[in-house]
Amino acid sequence: MCPARRCGIVAGVIEVNELTKRYRDAVAVDELSFTVEPGMVTGFLGPNGAGKTTTMRVLLGLVAPTAGEVLIGGRSYSSFPCPLREVGALLDANAVHPGRSAVEHLRWLARTNGIGPGRVVDTLDRVGLTEAARIRVGRYSLGMRQRLGIAAALLGDPGVLIFDEPVNGLDPQGVRWIRELMRSLAAEGRTVLISSHLMSEMELTADRLVIIGRGRLLMDTTIGELITTEGFTTLEEAYLSLTEEWTVHRAGGGHR
Amino acid sequence: MTALMTAEWIKIRSLRSTIWMLVLTVALSVGLAYLFGSSFRAGFDGMTAQARASFDPLFATFYSLTLGQLALVVLAAFVVTGEYSTGTISTSLVAVPRRGRFFGGKVLAGGLLAVAVALVTVPATFAAAQAGLGPHGTTFTSAGAPEAALGACLYLTLIYLFATGVAMVLRGPIPTLALLLPLLFLGSQGLGNVPRVKAVAQYLPDQAGMVVMHLAGPAGDPRFGRPYGPWLGLGIMALWTGAALLAGYVALRHRDA
Repeated sequence: MCPARRCGIVAGVIEVNELTKRYRDAVAVDELSFTVEPGMVTGFLGPNGAGKTTTMRVLLGLVAPTAGEVLIGGRSYSSFPCPLREVGALLDANAVHPGRSAVEHLRWLARTNGIGPGRVVDTLDRVGLTEAARIRVGRYSLGMRQRLGIAAALLGDPGVLIFDEPVNGLDPQGVRWIRELMRSLAAEGRTVLISSHLMSEMELTADRLVIIGRGRLLMDTTIGELITTEGFTTLEEAYLSLTEEWTVHRAGGGHR
Repeated sequence: MTALMTAEWIKIRSLRSTIWMLVLTVALSVGLAYLFGSSFRAGFDGMTAQARASFDPLFATFYSLTLGQLALVVLAAFVVTGEYSTGTISTSLVAVPRRGRFFGGKVLAGGLLAVAVALVTVPATFAAAQAGLGPHGTTFTSAGAPEAALGACLYLTLIYLFATGVAMVLRGPIPTLALLLPLLFLGSQGLGNVPRVKAVAQYLPDQAGMVVMHLAGPAGDPRFGRPYGPWLGLGIMALWTGAALLAGYVALRHRDA
């Protein structure tokens, strides 16, 4: 079913083309277009409710777009026979059955995409979960769940990686570990897209920034350009000023 | 598709809740078969001559399956709703983005598991019931017994798949079980025999399917009899199952995850 293992990393470009996702009562993503290039970390920034998660879920075929499309290496996600070998994703670290152990979780996942059992062992080792591999996930800390989610993303050794708020709720060591992992994945030539609502984190991790608010593209830039062209002294200031009017306040609702 | 089915079996095997339901299906069916058999044996002499003449040992043999099936249905519900209640469904659909393949893997893996459970449960239930019934029992080679046993295997497989389809539509464990358990439990407690209700209730999936297991009484009986035979009854149940699976597929295919 799956083609033989190719040599080297095939990192496709992610293209978001005129993407719109409308729910019954709200527009989550509004004619959004941007591209994500290989070999660097792209930060996907925006306030809560800006449409980051929805965009990522459309990218992974979980949510059907109202209009537009998202392509990875020129193809739609659902056209990959073994998608985990092309694209790895961490969406929600808590979305794992608490009654199952990490190793069993990765085992069934590997099976679906023809990934060998050796890869499960290697990946657990890479994220530092080898010793806890047989413990039920319900007993894991959030940091351990994030590591398991990252292991699941890395399982198929994919060229494209997508992480939704990977540092949320992590301790400083965990944040640093993720940051270094993201940088090394990009240095290996992979396409890395990370969403966050924290500019301070992206400042340390990302090379490019795609900033959205209320589902629309606000800016597609590099860290350096953002400061120089807008004339702000800090990135935080630039980001807050940019997203101010687009911030969806909790009371107002809105989809993530 | 074999890979997807294996993945589904790993999911089932790696959870205590699903393993428990498998064990409970067999234990309830077999254990209660012995108890029901024994109680029929003990009460046999006290029955009226008419009741003794019309006593059907196959009724006493397979009655316990109406309770054992509850654990099997809970298993089917857990296998599907566990994905939604924990969010695992996102991971599953990211790994298998073609919804039809995911659906096929889940249904085939579950269906084959149900067949395997039935192939263990039905003979064991039969043997336990005969041990309980003693001299009032029957043998596997007696008239009607092989057909009833085959029907019981088909019944358990169909009820598992019916529950799978319903769970795919409802998604949550609570609505799924709140619909299925009263339906099946009341059925086993004679809902299908209340005259007014019977006219409609006898066409419910479990009520139609259980005729083949001799659980609905003789065809001519005005209270328990059915206007259809055992195989047509299983056919009615198969139609329900097909409809539930189709609805489950449509829900999975068209709803965002």
